[in-house]
Amino acid sequence: MNADMAIEARGLSKRFGSLTAVDALDLDVPRGRIYGFLGPNGSGKSTSIRMLCGLLTPSSGTARVLGTHIPGDTAELKPKIGYMTQAFSLFADMTVFENLQFIADIYTYPRAEQKARIEELLTRYNLEGKRNALAGTLSGGQRQYLALACAVLHRPELLLLDEPTSAVDPQSRRDFWSNLFRLAKGGTTILLSTHYMDEAERCHRLAILARGAKVADGTPEELRQHMGMQVIEISAQDPWAAQQVLERVPDIASVTQLGMRLRALVPDAVPAPVTVVQKCLALNGIDAHVVLAAPSLEDVFVAATLHTREKAA
Amino acid sequence: MKPVSRVAAIVRKEVRQLRRDRLTFGMIVGIPVVQLLMFGYAINTDVRDLRTAVADQAQSHLSREFVARLGQTQVSNIVLEVATAPELVELLRTGEISIGVYLPPDFDRRVTDTHRPAAQLLVDGTDPTIFGIANQLRLMPLTFDTNAATRPPAEIEVRAYYNPERRTPVNIVPGLMGVILTMTMILFTAVAIVRERERGNLELLINTPVSSAELMIGKVLPYILIGMVQLALILTVGGLLFDVPVRGSIVHLYLAATLFIAANLSLGLLISTAVRTQFQAMQLTVFILLPSILLSGFMFPFDGMPLLARWLGEILPTTHFIRLTRGIMLREATIGELLPEVIALAVFTVLAMTSAALRFRKRLD
Repeated sequence: MNADMAIEARGLSKRFGSLTAVDALDLDVPRGRIYGFLGPNGSGKSTSIRMLCGLLTPSSGTARVLGTHIPGDTAELKPKIGYMTQAFSLFADMTVFENLQFIADIYTYPRAEQKARIEELLTRYNLEGKRNALAGTLSGGQRQYLALACAVLHRPELLLLDEPTSAVDPQSRRDFWSNLFRLAKGGTTILLSTHYMDEAERCHRLAILARGAKVADGTPEELRQHMGMQVIEISAQDPWAAQQVLERVPDIASVTQLGMRLRALVPDAVPAPVTVVQKCLALNGIDAHVVLAAPSLEDVFVAATLHTREKAA
Repeated sequence: MKPVSRVAAIVRKEVRQLRRDRLTFGMIVGIPVVQLLMFGYAINTDVRDLRTAVADQAQSHLSREFVARLGQTQVSNIVLEVATAPELVELLRTGEISIGVYLPPDFDRRVTDTHRPAAQLLVDGTDPTIFGIANQLRLMPLTFDTNAATRPPAEIEVRAYYNPERRTPVNIVPGLMGVILTMTMILFTAVAIVRERERGNLELLINTPVSSAELMIGKVLPYILIGMVQLALILTVGGLLFDVPVRGSIVHLYLAATLFIAANLSLGLLISTAVRTQFQAMQLTVFILLPSILLSGFMFPFDGMPLLARWLGEILPTTHFIRLTRGIMLREATIGELLPEVIALAVFTVLAMTSAALRFRKRLD
C-alpha cells in the first residue's frame, strides 16, 4: 500500500437489489489534497462516500482508508475521519455551542482544551454571534459552517463532505472553499462530492461519476487535455436553427446552447472540425461565426458522460 | 474512562433536549396523573344500583313485601313498575333497565312450593359483570314466615383479605402503575432513537467513535430516572386520592419497578431497531400496550383466561410487574417471595436488550 495515499479503492461496488449504485470504483486519493466526486444526482457519490467511511458495506471490492481495510472493523477509523452529511444532521434543538460541546465530548477531546478549541472554531467559522442560537434557527450557510466545525473539531486526517455547499449562496461558497484550502494546507485530506462545475474546478483532483461508474479522473487540467473532444464555439443569429442542423451531423457528438452561442463537441479523430461545422451551416444557409475554443470542465463532463447517457436513451 | 464520558455526554444531551421539548416533558407528569385520575374514578367493578323494573301481577301482601326488600338491597334501584312481562322485555331491549323482576299472579302459592320458581329475573346479559351482580339477588330469602323456628341453612363464610371494603382503586392502582409505565417507557425510548434516525442525527452519530452499547445506555439512562419519577407520582396520587396502601417494603417496590422499567426500555430499543418512522414506533407500542392491558391480569383475572392467552400474558413484562406490585403493595409480600416474577422480568430484559444490541448496527445497510 502506498503511504502517500489517504484512500485507495479497488473495484468497490454497491448493489441495492437489482440497482447498481456504485460499479467497480477504483480510486486513489493523495494525502493533503482536495479530491472531488463530480456527478449528477443518483450517480453514486453519496453511496461511495458512505462505503469509504464504513457506513455501508461494499457488495464487492475493497478499499484502504488511512490504513483501515474496508470491508472490516472501522472502529479505529472513526476517530481519524470527519464526516459532513448531505442533509443537516446536527441537533436542531441545541445551541451552536452545545452541539460543538457534545461533539467534543463524543470524540473525548481533552476537557481542558475543549473550550479553547470551540472558541477557535466559532471565530474561524464566523459563528461567535450565534453561539447561543439554536442550530435549527441558523441560515443555510451558517448550518454548513457549524457542520464543518463539528466535522473538523477533533482534527481528523480525512474529511468526507457530501455535497457540502448545495444549500449555500455563491459568496458563502467562496468563503467555505477558502476554509477548505486552509484545512488542506494544514495536511487534511478532503474528499467531497458536488454537482457544481465551479466547485469541481477548485479540486486538486476529481473523478467524474455517471450512473455509479467512474468515467474519467485526473486534475481538472488533465481532464480538459485528455477529454478526447475538440470544442467548437458557434455564434449565430439563430442559434436554435443552427443547433437543429448540427445535431443531425454524425461527426458532432453534442451541441449545447449558451445564450446566443452554441458549444459543439467533435471527437479528436475528426480533422479540421471548424471547417466541418462551417460547411454544414453554410449548406443550410445559416450565417455563423465558428472558432475553436478552450474546453471548460462542463465540456469535459458532457464528453465523459455522453456514453452513459446514450446507453440510458 | 472514554466510554463513561461518552455515555455521560449522551445523557446530558438527552436531558437537554428533553428540557426543551415542552410537550414530552409535560407528558412525563401529565400521562400518569391524568390516567390515574381517569381510571381511578371511572373503573368500578363493585356495581350498585342497577336500574330495575318490576311487574307484580300478584299484588299480594307477600309480593309487595318482596318488592320492598328488593328496593332495600344495594344491588337494584327500582325505577319503574309495569303490568306485564312483555313490557319488562321491551324495557330491557331499549336499555331502560338492566334487571326486570316478574312476579306471577300465583306468587304466594309458588313461594311455598319448592318445585316451581316463585319469581323470574330478566337480566341484560350483554355485560357479564351485570349478570354476575344480578345473580346475587337469587340469594334473597323467600321465607316470610317470621314465626318460623327453622334455622337458616348452614353457610360458608367469605372474608375478603387485603381489601375488605372491596374498593376497586385498591385493585386498579397497582395494576395501572404497570400499564402507565409500559406506555410511557416503551414509547419514549422507541421514539428517542427513531427520531434521531428521521432527523439524520444518527448518520452523524454512528460515524463518531461512540459504540452501539454506549449510545443505547446513554439513551436509556435518563428514562429510567423518568420512570422512577412517574412511579413516585402514581404512588403519591394513589395514596392521597384513593387511599391505596403500600403495605410491603417501598424499597422492594422500587427494585421491582427498576427491573420492569429496564424490561420496557429494552423493548423500546428493540422496537426502534425494527421501525423506520416515529409513526410506526407508536403503532407498535399500541400493539404491545393493548395486550398489556387486557391479558396481564390488569382488567380481568388471569385464572379465567384460556391457556393460550395465559401463555401470551406470561410473555408480557406487565403481567409479572402487576403481580409484583399487587403482592408488595397489598399483600405485604417481599420480592424474595415473588422470585419467579423477578426472574421472568430479568430474562425478558436480557433477551430484549441482547437482540436490540445485535440488531442495532453502526451501519446504514
